[in-house]
Amino acid sequence: MTGPQPVLKDGVKRRESLLVRASDGVLADRLFSWIIFGCALIVLVILALIVWQLVSRSQLSWHAFGWKFFWGQDWDPVNDHYGALAFVYGTIVSSVLALVIAIPLSVGVGVFTTEMCPKWLRGPLSFTTELLAAIPSVIYGLWAIFVLVPILRSYVQPLLAKTLGWTGLFEGPPYGIGMLAAGIILAIMIIPIISSITREVLAVVPQHQREAALALGATRWEMIRLAVLRNARAGIVGGIILGLGRALGETMAVTMVIGNRPEIAKSLFAPGYTMASVLANEFSEAAGDLYLSALIEIGLALFLVTIIVNALARFLVWSVTRGQPVRARA
Amino acid sequence: MPDSKAAPPQKLEISLWRKLTNHLATAFAVSTVVIVLAPLVAIFAYLVIKGVGSLNLAFLTQTPKPPGEIGGGMANAIAGSVLILTIGSLLGVPLGIGAGIYLAEFGQNRFGNAVRFVSDVLNGVPSIVIGIVAYAIVVLRQKHFSALAGGTALAIMMIPTITRTTEEMLLLVPNTLREAAYGLGVPRWRTTLSIVLRTATSGVITGVMLAFARVAGETAPLLFTAFGNQFWNWRLDQPTAALPLQIFTYAISPYDDWHRQAWAGALVLIILIVSAVAAVRYVVRRGTLGGVA
Repeated sequence: MTGPQPVLKDGVKRRESLLVRASDGVLADRLFSWIIFGCALIVLVILALIVWQLVSRSQLSWHAFGWKFFWGQDWDPVNDHYGALAFVYGTIVSSVLALVIAIPLSVGVGVFTTEMCPKWLRGPLSFTTELLAAIPSVIYGLWAIFVLVPILRSYVQPLLAKTLGWTGLFEGPPYGIGMLAAGIILAIMIIPIISSITREVLAVVPQHQREAALALGATRWEMIRLAVLRNARAGIVGGIILGLGRALGETMAVTMVIGNRPEIAKSLFAPGYTMASVLANEFSEAAGDLYLSALIEIGLALFLVTIIVNALARFLVWSVTRGQPVRARA
Repeated sequence: MPDSKAAPPQKLEISLWRKLTNHLATAFAVSTVVIVLAPLVAIFAYLVIKGVGSLNLAFLTQTPKPPGEIGGGMANAIAGSVLILTIGSLLGVPLGIGAGIYLAEFGQNRFGNAVRFVSDVLNGVPSIVIGIVAYAIVVLRQKHFSALAGGTALAIMMIPTITRTTEEMLLLVPNTLREAAYGLGVPRWRTTLSIVLRTATSGVITGVMLAFARVAGETAPLLFTAFGNQFWNWRLDQPTAALPLQIFTYAISPYDDWHRQAWAGALVLIILIVSAVAAVRYVVRRGTLGGVA
């Protein structure tokens, strides 16, 4: 496509004529649009490259183990036998634990910032929660090792064992490090994501819904429950799933506190291992083609799961905020 | 607002239960805010207290000592991070901005929608997976862990973010500006670069800085691309130290002195990220390029 042709050939001022002359020509326009098109194409090429590399390099392991790869429990580099169940289990349990902790907290924060908080506090509050999202993962891990884990070991875990030990979820020696620590640090990391999406979808609930509920005599909480949360349900679920996507792929902080032992234990005090952290720990030392291929297959599985989870989340958020400007409500 | 004076007096008789749940809900919401902000405050407090105490000249000027020996610093890791981030930005920023321009100016078609969807997808790909891909396409070919591989991984992470923010910012530029330029006979490429992009400069740069801040602290994609190094290295095809990698290695080590240095490194990392973002914003605001956004 070319822009409208220059109409003023004579009588244009010097500056404009310079603009026109220095850049006249269909050739430059065409070149420009090809370069720009190339840049956009790169985005697609990157995705294709990721898929192709992951699929082709995990073939060896896929042919050796097939679906059993995800049901096998022993991860044994010495005998070249690989099963990823312990990692899949660790990834799912740590992420679900993170969601259980993060959902009430982040929805609470979202509701507070949009519905309850005085106007002057709203800006600083959203800014600070977003600040949480800017902290690098390795710093979360550092903090978790030296601050969170000792607290868990000496206060939280003994308390949980005493009060809820009968459930079987909180048994065994309180190391501090383990599934519980991983879940908590993941929760801290995904709270900003879920709460900012919650804020976004609550903000597009039409104001007259709130007014109608209040006019019918609802208390503030009833108004929030009936008029606001019910309208924004799908979007909040979308935000939660987006947080889940982040939790599934989170690597460094989890690797630093989960204990890195490929075992499946019922107790949350026990150490575990996730798909992302086995990649972080073993990839650069993987000797042997099958070992490397098995690790890449874990990467492929992680990639596919996060893509599905993210696509689902985007769809849900979009179905609520569709077309509406995010700051529809002042 | 409903006129409360017009309501009959019975309206005020809200049952105790409803009053109670209302207050409970408020209390719950307030307490969630406190619980969420507590770790934030704690993290920053520890960073400052532990970090400042361990920060000294040696930390900023020396390379690491062998395990167990006290002293040494992370100078090579700081330099390595700068090197890797420069490579990442040189690769990622032009491509991202280019793709963003395409989407905003030419992208109202099926191909544009595909690019949009794919960049959103790429945004959600775990960084460790990007690391595997950079390993496969750069490290395996060069037969070396290298700064180049690390930079490639970071570039792949920057591109989708920059693409989407650039598009958003360019769409904010009013169409009348484009029409005015066409009306003066300015060709399309010139309009896009000197009118549209220029007007949106500050917004585009903010997007770039967001992407930069996000990858500056990334560790996972560097583990098996840049790999880390205990010594100085300026060659692009050799293993290179990076600040986040060094923090990770030191944090999980058994040595107290290394723990101390990990805190110092974390503080330096945060300061580097924040000051890079602040500096660019300052320059943009002060310069002649202040735009619409």
